[in-house]
Amino acid sequence: MAKELWKGNEAFAEAAIRAGLQAYFGYPITPQTEALEYMSSRMPELGRVFLQAESELGAINMVYGAACTGVRTMTSTSSPGTSLMMEGLSYIAATELPMVLVDVVRGGPGLGTISPSQGDYNQMVHGGGHGDYYPIVMAPAGVQETVDIVYGMFDLAEKYRSIGVVMLDGSIGQMIEPAEMPPMLEVRKDIPEWAVRGGSGKDKRILTSINLDPAEMEKMNLRLLKRWKEVEKNEVRFAEYYMDDAKIAIIGNGTAGRIALSAVRAARAAGIPVGLLRPISLSPFPVKAVQEVAAQVDNILVVEMNAGMMLEDVLKVVQGKTSVEFYGRIGGVMPYPEEILAEIQRIAANPSPINGHPRDLWIERIEPVINR
Amino acid sequence: MQNETLIAGFGGQGVLFTGKVMAHAAMAENLQVTWFPSYGPEMRGGTANCTVVISDQEIGSPQVRQPRAVIAMNLPSLDKYENQVAPGGYLVINTSMVNRKAKREDIHVLEVPGTELAEELGDKRLANSILLGALLAESKFLKPESIEKALEESLHGKKHDMVDINKKAMKKGADYIKSK
Amino acid sequence: MVALDIKDMEVVYQHPDSLANVSTHYCPGCTHGIAHRLVAEVIDEMGLAEHTIGVASVGCSAFSYNYFDFDFVQAPHGRAPAMATGVKRCKPDRIVFTYQGDGDMISIGAGEIIAAAGRGENITVIFMNNANYGMTGGQMAPTTLPGMKTTSSPNGRDVEQTGYPILASELLATQEGASFIARRSLHDPKNIRMAKKAIRMAFETQVRGLGFSMVELLSTCPTNWHMTPANAAKWMEEKMIPYFPIGDYKVHPALSELKV
Repeated sequence: MAKELWKGNEAFAEAAIRAGLQAYFGYPITPQTEALEYMSSRMPELGRVFLQAESELGAINMVYGAACTGVRTMTSTSSPGTSLMMEGLSYIAATELPMVLVDVVRGGPGLGTISPSQGDYNQMVHGGGHGDYYPIVMAPAGVQETVDIVYGMFDLAEKYRSIGVVMLDGSIGQMIEPAEMPPMLEVRKDIPEWAVRGGSGKDKRILTSINLDPAEMEKMNLRLLKRWKEVEKNEVRFAEYYMDDAKIAIIGNGTAGRIALSAVRAARAAGIPVGLLRPISLSPFPVKAVQEVAAQVDNILVVEMNAGMMLEDVLKVVQGKTSVEFYGRIGGVMPYPEEILAEIQRIAANPSPINGHPRDLWIERIEPVINR
Repeated sequence: MQNETLIAGFGGQGVLFTGKVMAHAAMAENLQVTWFPSYGPEMRGGTANCTVVISDQEIGSPQVRQPRAVIAMNLPSLDKYENQVAPGGYLVINTSMVNRKAKREDIHVLEVPGTELAEELGDKRLANSILLGALLAESKFLKPESIEKALEESLHGKKHDMVDINKKAMKKGADYIKSK
Repeated sequence: MVALDIKDMEVVYQHPDSLANVSTHYCPGCTHGIAHRLVAEVIDEMGLAEHTIGVASVGCSAFSYNYFDFDFVQAPHGRAPAMATGVKRCKPDRIVFTYQGDGDMISIGAGEIIAAAGRGENITVIFMNNANYGMTGGQMAPTTLPGMKTTSSPNGRDVEQTGYPILASELLATQEGASFIARRSLHDPKNIRMAKKAIRMAFETQVRGLGFSMVELLSTCPTNWHMTPANAAKWMEEKMIPYFPIGDYKVHPALSELKV
């Protein structure tokens, strides 16, 4: 199939449909709404289930019910809606059901902005819902990558009976890029053994998240954890650019990662040996890749569109072996490559390890910029 | 190779559409392209803009501080973006909607009475294509034949009968700037 | 002991097939057991056991899936109508019902139930109204009567502070999408028989694809009401029913000829 121009939000909707999506439930919220609108015409046209729910609470619980019947199901929303869905996500994780969530992230906290952000990193990667559960979280940096990741996410969710999250910065939902759509898969006819279907006696199935016996609940928690260990082993994804001889490494995901790519190219043109590690799977986090980068370079600069959420994960992995610095824009502001280039130049001019927490030092540098 | 064009104007002036035509044309030339709209606070007051980045390699930032070209469809857009044009870049001004000259001297300033020329073609909504025709004639960012193909692709269905008149508008803008 | 010859005797009462042969965790005198039995009898009589998916909620009936002998899922607090919607839309040929208490359905889940009724979602709701949060030990519910003492309204529900009970049947009956809405009580045999007929009508509504159906069942909670079961039944008759009148609040014209 040839490449076509696709808007991010519509592209992921079509990719999900081609992956055999059977039921979509959602609620309007900027900057995600084009996906809901796209689904509202495409799904009924294909004889599949589309329903605009009364709220994000309604939407995620409709997905919960649909997932219980064993169909491929998903919802999409943006940050404030994701917060509302956290309850349902925890229940779905506990019931060990596969589902896909696309979170088109906007600036927060609160109602915040409708501009691009990565402020949902903690609530997705480290779990905004209660209890020990582990969603798979991927952060694409462009429309084609979004298509490919959403298309594959249903398989991952089913393989691990887990929640698959695709976290899109608002910018990627709103941008248009060429993308090649994958082939249309047939909608699955069989249903998984565990799914409810209407049965009694020895065919009776119960899908629940409650078990008041702590010993049983502990076993279930361990089962989730062990399954997660398999995910950590098998599903790490990242991209590297100009890392071969790099002495400085940028680590940034999604939009922040691709903006950093522009800065890295500009710095390379000026002779600075800098490279980029762009984590695609945020959960599981590319621990080994970050360790290898830390062993190779003298300085790491983490770039995010939040106040350093992934930074904490990088610090945890690097464990002080390499100097780690941070640069971020917050509340829905996207950095320009020039800002990151200036950081690279600053570090190249003075690569000695920093004295203090990278976030504190960043606040000192960014405050005059923000208040300008 | 990379170039960036920021197109700005009032809502209804075809700003986003012009960007999409460029994106289609870039694709026709097997180039990478990213179309990125402004949304949020900038959309208040009825102004709209989008940035089209065209490159022969994987595109980094979808927005740029200093685009190689700016098409200013009206005065607020000129006021806002004139200073951002990269040195040596292009500033296309719709002089029909602007009552001042450009201040920059280190860039190519293309003054085109887009709305008036469009009215000569019978539809002032064609001003966007006139300005794009002028920009491409000078900057050579994209080939005329890929733009023609792009118009065919982006004006489908009921809008298909607008293809020819848009082609004419592009040519009129190009001819105007060459004749100056 | 004399062996009884049962072959000439008529069976007038037996364990419904759709009710699992286990003892429940419900308190003595609680009417959940009666409601379970009525639902199971209706499902058996309509031959729906192989086609039904229940949706349990949060509250005393959270574990109702252990007592019904057919497929069940369990919803977060208040979200059963949304979850049931997801099940029903993906399995439109199955009978889907929720079983919810008053706190679940008309307090935390008020949004979901009104939206489901408004959509005319083709599901059935069994709504247990016992005027308090039983599971957590008897706190004030949206259905607690004015002046009624609970553990969170120790001096009696003060309507100046906490307002009035929500009349769910009356409220939902205003929705065009609702096709069968009735309130019944479970405090004596006559009312229990009437309740069963209403439950049958509700499931018939769904089988006919007529849209949303709900039966509100006024239920006793002797434990949290601090009464004997007999006194609880009496209190129900004297206090609750006057506030929550028994009746049919909405009957779709296509159901009016139906005799059950």
